[in-house]
Amino acid sequence: MIEIKDLHKSYKMGSNSLHVLKGINFKVEEGELVAIMGSSGSGKSTLLNILGMLDEADSGSYDLDGIPIKNLNETKAANYRNKFLGFIFQSFNLINYKTALENVALPLYYQKMPRKQRQEKAMKYLEQVGLKEWSHHLPSELSGGQKQRVAIARAMVAEPKVLLADELTGALDSTTSYEVMELIQNINDQGNTILVVTHEPDIAQMCKRIVHLKDGVIVKDEKIKQVRAKAHV
Amino acid sequence: MFSRDRWKEILEVLTTNWFRTVLTAFGVFWGILILIILLSAGKGLENGIRADFGDIATNTMFMWTRSTTKAHMGLPIGRNFNFKTEDVNTLREKFPQLRFISPRNQLGGWGGNNNVVRGLKTGAYNVYGDYPEIIQQEPMAITAGRFINQNDIDNKRKVAVIGLGVKNELYEAGEEILGSYIKIQGVNFMVIGAYKKRSGNGNGEEGQKEIYVPFTAFSQAFNRGNNVGWMAITAKDGFPISDLKMDIVNEMKQVHKVHPDDTRAVGFFDLYEEFNRVESLFGAMSFIGYFVGILVLLSGIIGVSNIMLIVVKERTKEIGIRRALGEDPWSIRKQILLESIFLTIISGMAGIVMGALFIYGVNAILDANGPVDMFLNPSVNLGVVSAALFILIISGLLAGFIPAQSAIRVRPIDALRTE
Repeated sequence: MIEIKDLHKSYKMGSNSLHVLKGINFKVEEGELVAIMGSSGSGKSTLLNILGMLDEADSGSYDLDGIPIKNLNETKAANYRNKFLGFIFQSFNLINYKTALENVALPLYYQKMPRKQRQEKAMKYLEQVGLKEWSHHLPSELSGGQKQRVAIARAMVAEPKVLLADELTGALDSTTSYEVMELIQNINDQGNTILVVTHEPDIAQMCKRIVHLKDGVIVKDEKIKQVRAKAHV
Repeated sequence: MFSRDRWKEILEVLTTNWFRTVLTAFGVFWGILILIILLSAGKGLENGIRADFGDIATNTMFMWTRSTTKAHMGLPIGRNFNFKTEDVNTLREKFPQLRFISPRNQLGGWGGNNNVVRGLKTGAYNVYGDYPEIIQQEPMAITAGRFINQNDIDNKRKVAVIGLGVKNELYEAGEEILGSYIKIQGVNFMVIGAYKKRSGNGNGEEGQKEIYVPFTAFSQAFNRGNNVGWMAITAKDGFPISDLKMDIVNEMKQVHKVHPDDTRAVGFFDLYEEFNRVESLFGAMSFIGYFVGILVLLSGIIGVSNIMLIVVKERTKEIGIRRALGEDPWSIRKQILLESIFLTIISGMAGIVMGALFIYGVNAILDANGPVDMFLNPSVNLGVVSAALFILIISGLLAGFIPAQSAIRVRPIDALRTE
């Protein structure tokens, strides 16, 4: 599903440049649930940004489901993001003047799907994350866990090839974190490919594979025995 | 463009901070209001002055004789001479561009003595010997009977058309004037009509105290022979009298053996030139109206642009999210532009409505208090309003352009970087 080869990325900081990614090679198959772990500064967020087409690599190749991701202009990148990727952020990043339903329907709106169809589909995904009754509430009226579930529904609604989650439990307490992870596991069980960036070992243990990043290189890539979140809830 | 969601969003964004939106809108509102008020005031002045000119044929000159200031062809300096009735025909033949040539003789005027008597009443009036065409050069409304006609001229009938002021002074209220007689310098004339001139040009009172009699009867009754006191000359449309006047004057000088360089012997007044001077004043006024109005509007538009920049700044994160979710840059640009145009047009419309109400109010006051000199019916026409709308749309676009550019320069990754 995802295949990257010899990926390099450096940032210019004034006169000196900071080499963040120093030749990353890895592959993700369809249906995998991968945790990318590392301390801060290890390059995990940069990697996620490049995978999410929010940033571009300096060198190396990136194929998403056989499509080379290279030299994209803004319009094309936006189009790919919309169709292929679903984002889940640490700070939820819901649009605060739109209701939960409208937030979930946004990616479909950008696909120019007719309003009625869009709302039906958004409602279906809201139901899946268990927030059907909250569909007409604004984000400010929802709890952190609820917001993150709305964000997950929004990431899912366009039926992307890959879900990218950046510290998705970073702003949540542990109980809520486990609930959210349970949802992620369920989604993964349905065959969706998910990448989770985290620095929390317990969250990482709930994935099926852990990739350890350190100083811009992969130091360990292991398949693990998944801990089901349900046991903790 | 007219998708429900887009408009919903525009309204949501503009109503999140009501106070700010209203303040911003006020700038544009104020600009367009000033523009409308300035233009309508200019129009009011123009209407007033035009009304004072009335329906007077403006392509007209007046010409009279004075004493010569140069000796010529054996004739002495300081000689008095008169135009003759033959001059009218000469001019008609030489200048086919002329529409009317009305010779006129005159009695009284400028504080003259009492010259008209009716029964026990007397009065001092201007008495004109005129041709029927004069009514087209100096329009008046006939309120009773008729004006002089060609038969009166041909038969030298001693008939008179009197002004409303004359009637009020010489007749009792309700008295029948048609068929009655008035004595002008000892000669009886039968009154055949009454007229009323439009008042308002300052000498309205004087204008109603005139008596018109046939030119030929006048000449005979008051021993003018074939002398002509002065002429009112109107050219056909398309031939400005200003271009013709020197030729006409020179022709008259030649006929009457006046030195060609004698500038005083033939006096004239060019109404067309006066009128054009006033016309160019109107042009200047409307230019000033547009100039000042648009400058004021411009400051309002800069305000809109400024606020849109702030809105974009505030929404940096939101724009980043939307781009991460796959909204294409054009759609974001369109959104910002539409918000700016919408805000501009709504506030501009409010300004136009307010301006219209203002004009309506001023008109109501004018109507209630009677006519004011040099000011009448201030208004703006549909052309001005559509021009204003056009300016608004363009300025909304301009105001939104820079903010929209800065919105699409937002890189999603920078916008989303956790705070």
